[in-house]
Amino acid sequence: MDLVEAILLSIVTASTPLLLAASGELIAERAGVLNLGVEGMMLIGAVCGFAGAWTTGSTAIGALCGIVAGIALAALFAAAAIGLAINQVAAGLALTILGTGLAGLIGAPLVGESITAAPHLSLPWFTDLPLIGKLLFGQDTLVYLSIGLIAAIAYVLARTRTGLILRAVGDDPASAHALGYNVAAIRTLAVLFGGGCAGLAGAYLTLAYTPFYAPGMTAGRGWIALALVVFASWRPGRLVAGAALFGAVSILQLHAQAFGLGVPSQLMSALPYLATVPVLVLISRVRRGGSVAPAALGTAFVPER
Amino acid sequence: MNKAIMAAALVLTASSMGLTAAAAQSKPDKLKIGFVYVGPVGDFGWSYQHDQARQAIIKEFGDRVETTVLEKVGEGPDGERSIEQLARAGNKLIFATSFGYMDSVIKVAKKYPDVKFEHATGYKREPNVSTYAGRFYEGRIIQGMIAAKVSKKGVLGYIGSFPVPEVISGINATMLAAQKINPNIKIKIVWVNSWFNPGKEADAAKALIDQGADVIMQHTDSAAAMQIANERGIHAFGQDSDMIKFGPKAQLTAIVNNWTPYYVSRVKAVMDGNWASQDIWEGLKDKMIQMAPYTNMSDDLKRLAADTEAGIVAGTIKPFACPIVDQEGKEVECKGGDQLDDGQIRSMNFYVKGIDDKIPGK
Repeated sequence: MDLVEAILLSIVTASTPLLLAASGELIAERAGVLNLGVEGMMLIGAVCGFAGAWTTGSTAIGALCGIVAGIALAALFAAAAIGLAINQVAAGLALTILGTGLAGLIGAPLVGESITAAPHLSLPWFTDLPLIGKLLFGQDTLVYLSIGLIAAIAYVLARTRTGLILRAVGDDPASAHALGYNVAAIRTLAVLFGGGCAGLAGAYLTLAYTPFYAPGMTAGRGWIALALVVFASWRPGRLVAGAALFGAVSILQLHAQAFGLGVPSQLMSALPYLATVPVLVLISRVRRGGSVAPAALGTAFVPER
Repeated sequence: MNKAIMAAALVLTASSMGLTAAAAQSKPDKLKIGFVYVGPVGDFGWSYQHDQARQAIIKEFGDRVETTVLEKVGEGPDGERSIEQLARAGNKLIFATSFGYMDSVIKVAKKYPDVKFEHATGYKREPNVSTYAGRFYEGRIIQGMIAAKVSKKGVLGYIGSFPVPEVISGINATMLAAQKINPNIKIKIVWVNSWFNPGKEADAAKALIDQGADVIMQHTDSAAAMQIANERGIHAFGQDSDMIKFGPKAQLTAIVNNWTPYYVSRVKAVMDGNWASQDIWEGLKDKMIQMAPYTNMSDDLKRLAADTEAGIVAGTIKPFACPIVDQEGKEVECKGGDQLDDGQIRSMNFYVKGIDDKIPGK
């Protein structure tokens, strides 16, 4: 039972940065903007989050720095992709390159430093419950935050007028514009929100996952988050399931190896990506299978004046 | 559409900036030296140590050298492009510091016969390509012995990067030394398929500890595993660099790569005009690898570790002394007299007896 609990705990830790980054990207994409710069925004969030926590000694300030840094980088993307209507794919890729470079520059003096990890929740009695205690009541703060965040996103998208407008902008920006909504402003806000989430996801890596900083810490998690949004077919509920699945596969393959079950580790590492393919095929075959791909995803909108 | 092309061109320009910077002009009498790293300089492990040696070169030769660094260069087409770019930019000596650059180095070296190449951990040479590597397995002997003494459960955890001979020989050396202390010692091996992925290295350490390992060793480049070991109150060994900062209570010792003497000597050789292709494989004796201070263990064990180190330096302790029996119980042919020869160690692709696992892909 101890091992099961330990595995579940690791899965939650592995899933959280993916869930955070993918949540933000989900909102940006629902508004019709494809931002491929998640990896770059995560990296800048990782370094700024670490810098904040290292200077002040506070995880909360570190997390805040990560969010702000992610938003700042997303603002650049918004200016290019929404303001100047530059191709979103190219702008997103450029953002990743920029983020990687900037993070290396800012982080150079921080290499080799370490901080105390983000505090874990500890409730008397509850946290001590067998099996579920630590899982439900003993995580670090950012885990609860990420779950609250995706719950809020699900609610806003499905039940509120704000969600309706956001989806309209992503599906049919021309109509939304005709109805009097400021498409550019709404899309910019969505992108900034995505940047904040990616920044926090990056900060999670340096504040909670491995509390030190090294360049390239994200190791491709930004790209997995992007795949996750597609995997989830733009639905928050499936995003949670997908993040848990991606996290579970990556943790379970390590345990399978340690057990000495001769599974090829390379294959297991590729499994999340392989799983994405049949899901995409299914989605495209069953158009009504619940995919809500925003119709205008990736296309710039320039209102005629 | 034009915008798309423009933007794509911008991306390409941005991504090649790192390379064009290398083409900067310099005075002709300066020796231009290029470095290609597989990881970030700040990995605090493998690439960090190579960069320490680069800085030592600058300290030693000052204005007479000019160095260019390309970091985080992927093995494969990226590696070849970067190495060629450095050659074209007028670098006369190029250090390519990862095994995976091997074929790229050879290919580029044939095109640029007046450029000298130094390839770390490779085995293919040309008149203008030297190879060099550390006998890292020597450090593993000391670690295996310490680990077996320290482990209470008799289970060691090993985080591997890729199942290449350098890593396999490290696992075997660890196990052979550990078995001398505790014949029933167990080793659990987890591959992360990456040299540098802190999150995954941390997860691997957690998985190993959760499954009963109480000493963690790694052949990956970040300090993540050390940090987890420290947090969980067990022991670990640093890799490539002294990682005591990340595991003040956990680190027993670390294998520290020290490329400085070699790099300085090679630069000098080029300046003096007597550089020649060679194959260098040095260990504790020549200080190409060194052990970090022995910490978090009893004085007796410290003494034993120091004695083992001295024994390896003196040649009285032979890491792969024959007979060596593989997993299937077959005795390995002994080509080096009383120990495996260097070729056998450098191409090792079997586990020794007592390792209850399989090499991936075998």
